[in-house]
Amino acid sequence: MVQRQRAGSGLFNHFFFDLMDEVFLKIRGLKKHFGSNRVLDGVDLDVARASVTTIIGKSGIGKSVLLKCLANLLTPDAGAIELEGQPIAKSRQSSDREAGVSFSYMFQNNALFDSMTAADNVALPLVEASKMKRAEIRDQVAEMLAHLELTDSAQRYPGELSGGMKKRVALARALITKPQLVLFDEPTTGLDPERKFGVFEMIADYRERFGFTALLVSHDIPEVFEISDKVAWLDEGIIKFFGPPSELNEDAESALSGFLNKANYGRKSNV
Amino acid sequence: MIRALGRSALAVVSELGEMSLFSMAALRGFVVQRHRLAKLVTAIHEIGVRCLPIVFTVGLFTGLVMGLQLYYTLVRLGAEAALGDAVGLSIVRELGPVLTALMVVGQAGSALASELGIQRNDEQIDALQTMGVDSKGYLVGARLVAAVLCFPMLTAIFDLVGIFGGYLTGSVLLGVDAGVYWHHIESSIGWDDVSGGFIKALAFGFITISICAYRGYNTHRKASFPGVRGVSESATRAVVWSSVSVLAADYLITSFLI
Repeated sequence: MVQRQRAGSGLFNHFFFDLMDEVFLKIRGLKKHFGSNRVLDGVDLDVARASVTTIIGKSGIGKSVLLKCLANLLTPDAGAIELEGQPIAKSRQSSDREAGVSFSYMFQNNALFDSMTAADNVALPLVEASKMKRAEIRDQVAEMLAHLELTDSAQRYPGELSGGMKKRVALARALITKPQLVLFDEPTTGLDPERKFGVFEMIADYRERFGFTALLVSHDIPEVFEISDKVAWLDEGIIKFFGPPSELNEDAESALSGFLNKANYGRKSNV
Repeated sequence: MIRALGRSALAVVSELGEMSLFSMAALRGFVVQRHRLAKLVTAIHEIGVRCLPIVFTVGLFTGLVMGLQLYYTLVRLGAEAALGDAVGLSIVRELGPVLTALMVVGQAGSALASELGIQRNDEQIDALQTMGVDSKGYLVGARLVAAVLCFPMLTAIFDLVGIFGGYLTGSVLLGVDAGVYWHHIESSIGWDDVSGGFIKALAFGFITISICAYRGYNTHRKASFPGVRGVSESATRAVVWSSVSVLAADYLITSFLI
Protein backbone atom coordinates (compact mmCIF):
# COMPACT_ATOMS: atom_id res chain seq x y z
CA MET A 1 0.00 0.00 0.00
CA VAL A 2 2.81 2.38 0.96
CA GLN A 3 4.68 1.64 -2.21
CA ARG A 4 1.57 2.31 -4.31
CA GLN A 5 1.16 5.71 -2.67
CA ARG A 6 4.76 6.61 -3.27
CA ALA A 7 4.41 5.75 -6.93
CA GLY A 8 1.60 8.30 -7.24
CA SER A 9 2.16 11.86 -8.34
CA GLY A 10 0.52 15.25 -7.93
CA LEU A 11 0.45 18.11 -5.49
CA PHE A 12 -1.10 16.11 -2.66
CA ASN A 13 1.55 13.40 -2.77
CA HIS A 14 4.30 15.99 -3.00
CA PHE A 15 2.98 17.76 0.09
CA PHE A 16 2.27 14.47 1.89
CA PHE A 17 5.76 13.08 1.45
CA ASP A 18 7.36 16.42 2.32
CA LEU A 19 5.50 16.19 5.59
CA MET A 20 6.63 12.61 6.04
CA ASP A 21 10.27 13.64 5.87
CA GLU A 22 9.83 15.87 8.89
CA VAL A 23 10.74 14.29 12.26
CA PHE A 24 7.66 14.49 14.41
CA LEU A 25 8.58 12.30 17.36
CA LYS A 26 12.17 12.07 18.50
CA ILE A 27 13.35 9.60 21.13
CA ARG A 28 16.90 9.72 22.43
CA GLY A 29 18.63 7.43 24.91
CA LEU A 30 15.40 6.19 26.50
CA LYS A 31 16.05 3.89 29.44
CA LYS A 32 13.67 2.03 31.69
CA HIS A 33 14.38 -0.77 34.11
CA PHE A 34 12.24 -2.79 36.50
CA GLY A 35 14.42 -3.96 39.37
CA SER A 36 17.49 -5.53 37.81
CA ASN A 37 15.74 -6.04 34.45
CA ARG A 38 16.87 -3.39 31.96
CA VAL A 39 13.93 -3.34 29.57
CA LEU A 40 14.87 -0.25 27.58
CA ASP A 41 18.59 0.45 27.46
CA GLY A 42 18.97 3.56 25.34
CA VAL A 43 16.28 3.60 22.66
CA ASP A 44 16.79 6.11 19.83
CA LEU A 45 14.00 6.56 17.29
CA ASP A 46 12.84 9.24 14.85
CA VAL A 47 9.26 9.02 13.69
CA ALA A 48 8.30 11.06 10.65
CA ARG A 49 5.14 13.14 10.57
CA ALA A 50 2.05 11.41 9.14
CA SER A 51 3.88 8.10 8.84
CA VAL A 52 3.09 4.64 10.18
CA THR A 53 5.98 3.19 12.19
CA THR A 54 5.74 -0.32 13.55
CA ILE A 55 7.77 -1.61 16.46
CA ILE A 56 8.40 -5.33 16.28
CA GLY A 57 10.25 -7.65 18.61
CA LYS A 58 9.91 -10.69 20.80
CA SER A 59 7.19 -10.87 23.45
CA GLY A 60 8.23 -9.23 26.70
CA ILE A 61 11.10 -7.34 25.07
CA GLY A 62 9.71 -3.93 26.07
CA LYS A 63 7.62 -2.72 23.11
CA SER A 64 4.60 -1.85 25.23
CA VAL A 65 6.88 -0.33 27.87
CA LEU A 66 8.25 1.98 25.17
CA LEU A 67 4.71 3.06 24.19
CA LYS A 68 3.77 3.56 27.85
CA CYS A 69 6.83 5.77 28.36
CA LEU A 70 5.69 7.83 25.37
CA ALA A 71 2.18 8.07 26.82
CA ASN A 72 3.55 9.12 30.21
CA LEU A 73 2.02 6.04 31.84
CA LEU A 74 5.52 5.02 32.87
CA THR A 75 8.31 7.39 33.82
CA PRO A 76 11.55 6.66 31.97
CA ASP A 77 14.73 6.41 34.04
CA ALA A 78 16.66 8.43 31.49
CA GLY A 79 16.41 9.83 27.99
CA ALA A 80 14.44 12.43 26.10
CA ILE A 81 11.18 12.27 24.19
CA GLU A 82 10.28 15.21 22.00
CA LEU A 83 7.09 15.80 20.08
CA GLU A 84 7.57 18.53 17.50
CA GLY A 85 10.72 19.62 19.29
CA GLN A 86 8.92 19.98 22.64
CA PRO A 87 9.50 17.61 25.58
CA ILE A 88 6.51 15.26 25.50
CA ALA A 89 5.43 15.96 29.10
CA LYS A 90 4.90 19.59 28.10
CA SER A 91 3.07 18.77 24.91
CA ARG A 92 0.55 16.69 26.90
CA GLN A 93 -0.72 19.63 28.90
CA SER A 94 -4.30 20.53 28.11
CA SER A 95 -3.50 24.00 26.81
CA ASP A 96 -1.24 22.45 24.19
CA ARG A 97 -3.86 19.81 23.44
CA GLU A 98 -6.24 22.61 22.53
CA ALA A 99 -3.55 24.17 20.40
CA GLY A 100 -3.49 20.95 18.41
CA VAL A 101 -0.47 19.05 19.74
CA SER A 102 -1.95 15.93 21.23
CA PHE A 103 -1.78 12.19 21.12
CA SER A 104 -4.03 9.24 21.79
CA TYR A 105 -3.43 5.68 22.85
CA MET A 106 -5.32 2.67 21.59
CA PHE A 107 -5.00 -0.10 24.13
CA GLN A 108 -4.48 -3.78 23.41
CA ASN A 109 -7.80 -4.70 25.04
CA ASN A 110 -9.52 -1.48 23.98
CA ALA A 111 -9.97 -0.21 27.58
CA LEU A 112 -13.58 0.78 26.91
CA PHE A 113 -15.79 1.65 29.87
CA ASP A 114 -18.31 -1.19 30.23
CA SER A 115 -20.97 0.95 31.86
CA MET A 116 -20.99 3.51 29.04
CA THR A 117 -22.50 3.20 25.59
CA ALA A 118 -20.26 3.28 22.52
CA ALA A 119 -21.22 6.94 21.95
CA ASP A 120 -20.43 7.88 25.56
CA ASN A 121 -17.09 6.09 25.36
CA VAL A 122 -16.18 8.04 22.23
CA ALA A 123 -17.38 11.31 23.77
CA LEU A 124 -15.47 10.81 27.04
CA PRO A 125 -12.24 12.68 26.16
CA LEU A 126 -14.22 15.65 24.88
CA VAL A 127 -16.69 15.67 27.78
CA GLU A 128 -13.97 15.47 30.42
CA ALA A 129 -10.93 17.14 28.93
CA SER A 130 -12.20 19.87 26.64
CA LYS A 131 -14.29 22.99 27.03
CA MET A 132 -16.65 22.10 24.21
CA LYS A 133 -20.40 22.43 24.60
CA ARG A 134 -22.62 19.34 24.77
CA ALA A 135 -24.26 19.97 21.40
CA GLU A 136 -20.88 20.40 19.73
CA ILE A 137 -19.61 17.18 21.31
CA ARG A 138 -22.75 15.31 20.22
CA ASP A 139 -22.25 16.44 16.62
CA GLN A 140 -18.57 15.49 16.57
CA VAL A 141 -19.25 12.09 18.08
CA ALA A 142 -22.05 11.41 15.59
CA GLU A 143 -19.72 12.39 12.76
CA MET A 144 -16.92 10.15 14.03
CA LEU A 145 -19.26 7.21 14.57
CA ALA A 146 -20.56 7.67 11.04
CA HIS A 147 -16.99 7.72 9.68
CA LEU A 148 -16.33 4.40 11.39
CA GLU A 149 -19.71 2.93 10.43
CA LEU A 150 -20.80 2.70 14.05
CA THR A 151 -23.94 4.84 13.93
CA ASP A 152 -26.24 1.86 14.47
CA SER A 153 -24.21 0.73 17.47
CA ALA A 154 -23.96 4.14 19.14
CA GLN A 155 -26.29 3.25 22.00
CA ARG A 156 -24.96 -0.24 22.54
CA TYR A 157 -22.65 -1.15 25.42
CA PRO A 158 -19.17 -2.62 24.79
CA GLY A 159 -20.38 -6.00 26.05
CA GLU A 160 -22.92 -6.08 23.21
CA LEU A 161 -20.35 -5.37 20.47
CA SER A 162 -18.21 -7.78 18.46
CA GLY A 163 -14.40 -7.71 18.76
CA GLY A 164 -14.02 -5.74 15.53
CA MET A 165 -16.66 -3.21 16.55
CA LYS A 166 -14.98 -2.69 19.91
CA LYS A 167 -11.73 -1.95 18.07
CA ARG A 168 -13.54 0.61 15.94
CA VAL A 169 -15.08 2.24 19.03
CA ALA A 170 -11.63 2.36 20.62
CA LEU A 171 -10.23 3.88 17.45
CA ALA A 172 -13.07 6.41 17.34
CA ARG A 173 -12.29 7.40 20.92
CA ALA A 174 -8.61 7.70 20.08
CA LEU A 175 -9.33 9.91 17.08
CA ILE A 176 -12.10 12.12 18.47
CA THR A 177 -9.61 14.63 19.88
CA LYS A 178 -8.00 14.93 16.43
CA PRO A 179 -4.62 13.78 17.73
CA GLN A 180 -1.42 14.23 15.80
CA LEU A 181 0.09 11.03 17.17
CA VAL A 182 -1.78 7.79 17.83
CA LEU A 183 -0.07 4.97 19.72
CA PHE A 184 -1.47 1.52 18.95
CA ASP A 185 -0.58 -1.24 21.40
CA GLU A 186 -1.12 -4.53 19.57
CA PRO A 187 -4.38 -3.37 18.00
CA THR A 188 -5.23 -6.77 16.53
CA THR A 189 -4.93 -8.91 19.66
CA GLY A 190 -7.62 -11.56 19.83
CA LEU A 191 -8.92 -11.04 16.29
CA ASP A 192 -9.16 -13.62 13.53
CA PRO A 193 -6.97 -13.11 10.41
CA GLU A 194 -9.77 -11.46 8.42
CA ARG A 195 -10.55 -8.99 11.19
CA LYS A 196 -6.85 -8.34 11.75
CA PHE A 197 -6.52 -7.30 8.15
CA GLY A 198 -9.63 -5.15 8.57
CA VAL A 199 -8.10 -3.32 11.54
CA PHE A 200 -4.86 -2.66 9.66
CA GLU A 201 -6.81 -1.35 6.68
CA MET A 202 -8.82 0.83 9.02
CA ILE A 203 -5.65 2.29 10.57
CA ALA A 204 -4.14 2.99 7.14
CA ASP A 205 -7.40 4.42 5.83
CA TYR A 206 -7.96 6.75 8.79
CA ARG A 207 -4.32 7.76 8.87
CA GLU A 208 -4.80 9.03 5.33
CA ARG A 209 -8.13 10.62 6.15
CA PHE A 210 -7.13 12.31 9.43
CA GLY A 211 -3.41 12.71 8.77
CA PHE A 212 -2.16 11.51 12.14
CA THR A 213 1.20 9.89 12.82
CA ALA A 214 0.87 6.27 13.92
CA LEU A 215 3.21 4.28 16.10
CA LEU A 216 2.24 0.63 16.33
CA VAL A 217 3.35 -2.31 18.36
CA SER A 218 2.44 -5.52 16.58
CA HIS A 219 3.24 -9.20 16.35
CA ASP A 220 1.37 -9.63 13.08
CA ILE A 221 4.28 -10.18 10.75
CA PRO A 222 4.22 -9.71 7.82
CA GLU A 223 0.61 -8.36 7.64
CA VAL A 224 1.48 -5.20 9.55
CA PHE A 225 4.23 -4.34 7.05
CA GLU A 226 1.52 -3.69 4.46
CA ILE A 227 0.61 -0.45 6.20
CA SER A 228 4.01 0.42 7.70
CA ASP A 229 6.26 3.12 6.27
CA LYS A 230 9.03 2.21 8.72
CA VAL A 231 9.75 -0.76 10.92
CA ALA A 232 11.75 -0.60 14.15
CA TRP A 233 13.09 -3.83 15.60
CA LEU A 234 13.50 -3.65 19.37
CA ASP A 235 15.94 -6.16 20.79
CA GLU A 236 18.02 -6.21 23.99
CA GLY A 237 16.65 -2.82 24.98
CA ILE A 238 17.68 -0.91 21.85
CA ILE A 239 16.40 -0.38 18.32
CA LYS A 240 18.60 -2.65 16.22
CA PHE A 241 16.93 -2.06 12.87
CA PHE A 242 15.03 0.96 11.62
CA GLY A 243 13.98 1.34 8.03
CA PRO A 244 11.29 0.60 5.48
CA PRO A 245 9.87 -2.94 5.47
CA SER A 246 11.35 -3.50 2.00
CA GLU A 247 14.86 -3.28 3.52
CA LEU A 248 14.18 -5.85 6.20
CA ASN A 249 15.64 -8.69 4.15
CA GLU A 250 18.59 -6.70 2.81
CA ASP A 251 19.73 -5.16 6.07
CA ALA A 252 18.81 -8.00 8.28
CA GLU A 253 21.53 -9.09 10.65
CA SER A 254 21.38 -12.67 11.82
CA ALA A 255 19.30 -12.16 14.96
CA LEU A 256 16.70 -10.18 13.01
CA SER A 257 16.63 -12.83 10.29
CA GLY A 258 16.06 -15.44 12.95
CA PHE A 259 13.24 -13.43 14.47
CA LEU A 260 11.60 -12.82 11.09
CA ASN A 261 11.93 -16.46 10.08
CA LYS A 262 10.24 -17.53 13.27
CA ALA A 263 7.47 -15.09 12.39
CA ASN A 264 7.18 -16.75 8.94
CA TYR A 265 8.23 -13.51 7.27
CA GLY A 266 10.23 -15.11 4.49
CA ARG A 267 7.41 -17.41 3.44
CA LYS A 268 4.43 -15.09 3.75
CA SER A 269 5.91 -11.75 2.89
CA ASN A 270 4.72 -9.92 -0.17
CA VAL A 271 6.21 -6.55 0.75
CA MET B 1 12.91 -8.48 65.71
CA ILE B 2 13.09 -4.82 66.67
CA ARG B 3 14.35 -4.06 63.17
CA ALA B 4 11.40 -5.94 61.63
CA LEU B 5 9.01 -4.10 63.91
CA GLY B 6 10.54 -0.77 62.90
CA ARG B 7 10.30 -1.68 59.23
CA SER B 8 6.64 -2.57 59.62
CA ALA B 9 5.93 0.66 61.47
CA LEU B 10 7.69 2.67 58.77
CA ALA B 11 5.74 0.82 56.09
CA VAL B 12 2.46 1.66 57.83
CA VAL B 13 3.42 5.34 58.16
CA SER B 14 4.51 5.45 54.54
CA GLU B 15 1.25 3.80 53.43
CA LEU B 16 -0.76 6.28 55.49
CA GLY B 17 1.13 9.17 53.94
CA GLU B 18 0.66 7.79 50.45
CA MET B 19 -3.05 7.28 51.08
CA SER B 20 -3.46 10.82 52.41
CA LEU B 21 -1.76 12.24 49.32
CA PHE B 22 -3.97 10.03 47.14
CA SER B 23 -7.14 11.32 48.82
CA MET B 24 -5.99 14.93 48.60
CA ALA B 25 -5.17 14.49 44.92
CA ALA B 26 -8.61 12.96 44.34
CA LEU B 27 -10.35 15.89 46.06
CA ARG B 28 -8.21 18.42 44.21
CA GLY B 29 -8.94 16.62 40.96
CA PHE B 30 -12.66 16.65 41.69
CA VAL B 31 -12.69 20.40 42.30
CA VAL B 32 -11.36 21.09 38.80
CA GLN B 33 -13.48 18.41 37.06
CA ARG B 34 -16.26 19.20 34.65
CA HIS B 35 -19.84 18.08 35.45
CA ARG B 36 -19.07 17.82 39.16
CA LEU B 37 -22.70 17.95 40.25
CA ALA B 38 -23.75 15.04 38.02
CA LYS B 39 -20.85 12.93 39.30
CA LEU B 40 -21.66 13.84 42.89
CA VAL B 41 -25.33 12.87 42.45
CA THR B 42 -24.29 9.49 41.01
CA ALA B 43 -21.86 8.93 43.88
CA ILE B 44 -24.51 9.90 46.47
CA HIS B 45 -26.82 7.37 44.85
CA GLU B 46 -24.11 4.68 45.07
CA ILE B 47 -23.02 5.35 48.63
CA GLY B 48 -26.14 6.86 50.14
CA VAL B 49 -29.29 5.60 48.46
CA ARG B 50 -28.11 2.07 47.72
CA CYS B 51 -26.91 1.59 51.30
CA LEU B 52 -30.16 2.83 52.80
CA PRO B 53 -31.93 -0.58 52.97
CA ILE B 54 -29.03 -2.33 54.70
CA VAL B 55 -28.51 0.56 57.15
CA PHE B 56 -32.25 0.59 57.88
CA THR B 57 -32.37 -3.17 58.46
CA VAL B 58 -29.26 -3.33 60.63
CA GLY B 59 -30.38 -0.26 62.56
CA LEU B 60 -33.76 -1.84 63.30
CA PHE B 61 -32.32 -5.16 64.46
CA THR B 62 -29.66 -3.43 66.53
CA GLY B 63 -32.37 -1.41 68.30
CA LEU B 64 -34.47 -4.53 68.81
CA VAL B 65 -31.57 -6.46 70.34
CA MET B 66 -30.42 -3.51 72.44
CA GLY B 67 -33.96 -3.11 73.80
CA LEU B 68 -34.08 -6.77 74.70
CA GLN B 69 -30.63 -7.06 76.27
CA LEU B 70 -30.73 -3.79 78.17
CA TYR B 71 -34.25 -4.38 79.48
CA TYR B 72 -33.26 -7.67 81.14
CA THR B 73 -30.11 -6.07 82.57
CA LEU B 74 -31.92 -2.99 83.85
CA VAL B 75 -34.87 -4.89 85.25
CA ARG B 76 -32.52 -6.72 87.63
CA LEU B 77 -31.52 -3.35 89.03
CA GLY B 78 -35.11 -2.13 89.04
CA ALA B 79 -34.13 0.56 86.56
CA GLU B 80 -36.07 -0.50 83.46
CA ALA B 81 -37.37 3.06 83.15
CA ALA B 82 -33.86 4.04 82.08
CA LEU B 83 -34.14 1.86 78.98
CA GLY B 84 -34.55 4.94 76.79
CA ASP B 85 -31.33 6.48 78.11
CA ALA B 86 -29.35 3.26 77.64
CA VAL B 87 -30.62 2.49 74.14
CA GLY B 88 -30.49 6.09 72.94
CA LEU B 89 -27.03 6.94 74.19
CA SER B 90 -25.38 3.71 73.10
CA ILE B 91 -26.85 4.01 69.63
CA VAL B 92 -26.26 7.71 69.09
CA ARG B 93 -22.76 7.81 70.55
CA GLU B 94 -21.29 4.49 69.40
CA LEU B 95 -23.34 1.92 67.59
CA GLY B 96 -24.92 4.28 65.05
CA PRO B 97 -21.74 5.69 63.52
CA VAL B 98 -19.70 2.48 63.83
CA LEU B 99 -22.24 0.00 62.49
CA THR B 100 -23.33 2.39 59.72
CA ALA B 101 -19.70 2.71 58.64
CA LEU B 102 -19.18 -1.05 58.71
CA MET B 103 -22.34 -1.63 56.67
CA VAL B 104 -21.37 0.97 54.04
CA VAL B 105 -17.86 -0.51 53.86
CA GLY B 106 -19.39 -3.95 53.27
CA GLN B 107 -21.65 -2.71 50.51
CA ALA B 108 -20.26 0.40 48.81
CA GLY B 109 -16.60 0.15 49.89
CA SER B 110 -16.03 -3.38 48.64
CA ALA B 111 -17.83 -2.56 45.39
CA LEU B 112 -15.66 0.53 44.94
CA ALA B 113 -12.42 -1.37 45.54
CA SER B 114 -13.45 -4.14 43.12
CA GLU B 115 -14.62 -1.70 40.45
CA LEU B 116 -11.41 0.31 40.57
CA GLY B 117 -9.35 -2.89 40.61
CA ILE B 118 -11.08 -4.15 37.48
CA GLN B 119 -10.70 -0.75 35.82
CA ARG B 120 -7.00 -0.84 36.65
CA ASN B 121 -6.59 -4.35 35.22
CA ASP B 122 -8.55 -3.43 32.07
CA GLU B 123 -6.31 -0.37 31.57
CA GLN B 124 -9.33 1.93 31.85
CA ILE B 125 -7.49 4.08 34.39
CA ASP B 126 -4.50 4.31 32.04
CA ALA B 127 -6.91 5.21 29.24
CA LEU B 128 -8.25 8.13 31.28
CA GLN B 129 -4.73 9.38 31.83
CA THR B 130 -3.91 9.22 28.14
CA MET B 131 -7.08 11.24 27.45
CA GLY B 132 -5.80 13.98 29.73
CA VAL B 133 -8.45 13.20 32.38
CA ASP B 134 -7.38 13.28 36.03
CA SER B 135 -8.27 9.68 36.87
CA LYS B 136 -8.20 10.17 40.65
CA GLY B 137 -10.49 13.17 40.44
CA TYR B 138 -12.78 11.45 37.94
CA LEU B 139 -13.07 8.07 39.67
CA VAL B 140 -12.53 8.84 43.35
CA GLY B 141 -13.10 12.54 44.06
CA ALA B 142 -16.89 12.57 43.85
CA ARG B 143 -17.14 9.39 45.94
CA LEU B 144 -15.06 10.92 48.73
CA VAL B 145 -17.27 14.01 48.84
CA ALA B 146 -20.37 11.83 48.69
CA ALA B 147 -19.09 9.70 51.57
CA VAL B 148 -18.53 12.75 53.75
CA LEU B 149 -22.07 13.93 52.95
CA CYS B 150 -23.82 10.55 53.19
CA PHE B 151 -22.27 8.94 56.27
CA PRO B 152 -23.77 11.46 58.75
CA MET B 153 -27.16 11.17 57.05
CA LEU B 154 -27.08 7.37 57.08
CA THR B 155 -25.95 7.50 60.70
CA ALA B 156 -28.89 9.73 61.55
CA ILE B 157 -31.25 7.25 59.91
CA PHE B 158 -29.59 4.35 61.75
CA ASP B 159 -29.98 6.24 65.05
CA LEU B 160 -33.67 6.93 64.49
CA VAL B 161 -34.49 3.42 63.35
CA GLY B 162 -32.41 1.91 66.18
CA ILE B 163 -34.16 3.98 68.83
CA PHE B 164 -37.48 2.95 67.30
CA GLY B 165 -36.34 -0.71 67.46
CA GLY B 166 -35.58 -0.24 71.18
CA TYR B 167 -39.11 1.15 71.62
CA LEU B 168 -40.60 -1.88 69.83
CA THR B 169 -38.99 -4.43 72.17
CA GLY B 170 -38.87 -2.28 75.30
CA SER B 171 -42.35 -0.78 75.19
CA VAL B 172 -44.48 -2.76 72.76
CA LEU B 173 -43.10 -6.22 73.64
CA LEU B 174 -41.85 -5.95 77.22
CA GLY B 175 -44.15 -3.31 78.60
CA VAL B 176 -41.99 -0.30 79.47
CA ASP B 177 -44.24 2.75 79.38
CA ALA B 178 -43.93 4.45 75.98
CA GLY B 179 -44.08 7.95 77.47
CA VAL B 180 -41.28 7.07 79.89
CA TYR B 181 -39.16 5.57 77.08
CA TRP B 182 -39.49 8.61 74.81
CA HIS B 183 -39.08 11.06 77.69
CA HIS B 184 -35.79 9.41 78.65
CA ILE B 185 -34.65 9.45 75.05
CA GLU B 186 -35.39 13.18 74.86
CA SER B 187 -33.86 14.11 78.16
CA SER B 188 -30.73 11.97 77.98
CA ILE B 189 -29.52 12.63 74.44
CA GLY B 190 -27.91 16.04 74.18
CA TRP B 191 -26.54 17.95 71.21
CA ASP B 192 -23.02 16.89 72.21
CA ASP B 193 -23.95 13.23 71.79
CA VAL B 194 -25.51 13.85 68.37
CA SER B 195 -22.69 16.05 67.10
CA GLY B 196 -20.10 13.59 68.45
CA GLY B 197 -21.77 10.82 66.45
CA PHE B 198 -21.78 13.00 63.33
CA ILE B 199 -18.11 13.90 63.77
CA LYS B 200 -17.34 10.20 63.90
CA ALA B 201 -19.51 9.56 60.84
CA LEU B 202 -17.69 12.28 58.87
CA ALA B 203 -14.31 10.83 59.81
CA PHE B 204 -15.38 7.25 59.09
CA GLY B 205 -16.78 8.25 55.71
CA PHE B 206 -13.54 9.88 54.64
CA ILE B 207 -11.29 7.14 56.06
CA THR B 208 -13.18 4.13 54.75
CA ILE B 209 -13.81 5.38 51.23
CA SER B 210 -10.20 6.61 51.02
CA ILE B 211 -8.90 3.17 51.98
CA CYS B 212 -11.24 1.31 49.61
CA ALA B 213 -10.47 3.65 46.70
CA TYR B 214 -6.74 3.57 47.39
CA ARG B 215 -6.61 -0.23 47.50
CA GLY B 216 -8.67 -0.60 44.33
CA TYR B 217 -6.87 2.11 42.38
CA ASN B 218 -3.48 0.65 43.28
CA THR B 219 -4.39 -3.00 42.69
CA HIS B 220 -1.46 -3.34 40.27
CA ARG B 221 1.02 -2.20 42.92
CA LYS B 222 -0.46 -3.45 46.16
CA ALA B 223 -1.95 -6.85 45.38
CA SER B 224 0.26 -9.95 45.60
CA PHE B 225 -1.35 -11.48 42.50
CA PRO B 226 -2.22 -10.10 39.09
CA GLY B 227 -5.66 -10.36 37.48
CA VAL B 228 -8.84 -11.50 39.17
CA ARG B 229 -7.09 -12.73 42.32
CA GLY B 230 -5.47 -9.34 42.67
CA VAL B 231 -8.86 -7.64 42.48
CA SER B 232 -10.37 -9.98 45.06
CA GLU B 233 -7.36 -9.44 47.32
CA SER B 234 -7.71 -5.67 46.99
CA ALA B 235 -11.40 -5.79 47.82
CA THR B 236 -10.85 -8.06 50.82
CA ARG B 237 -8.01 -5.96 52.19
CA ALA B 238 -9.98 -2.79 51.60
CA VAL B 239 -12.87 -4.11 53.71
CA VAL B 240 -10.61 -5.49 56.45
CA TRP B 241 -8.48 -2.36 56.77
CA SER B 242 -11.48 -0.05 56.57
CA SER B 243 -13.24 -1.98 59.34
CA VAL B 244 -10.16 -2.00 61.57
CA SER B 245 -9.64 1.72 60.88
CA VAL B 246 -13.24 2.49 61.84
CA LEU B 247 -12.76 0.83 65.22
CA ALA B 248 -9.36 2.45 65.80
CA ALA B 249 -10.63 5.88 64.76
CA ASP B 250 -13.69 5.38 66.96
CA TYR B 251 -11.48 4.86 69.99
CA LEU B 252 -9.34 7.89 69.15
CA ILE B 253 -12.25 10.24 68.49
CA THR B 254 -14.15 9.03 71.56
CA SER B 255 -11.10 9.67 73.74
CA PHE B 256 -10.99 13.24 72.44
CA LEU B 257 -14.72 13.83 72.75
CA ILE B 258 -15.17 12.50 76.30
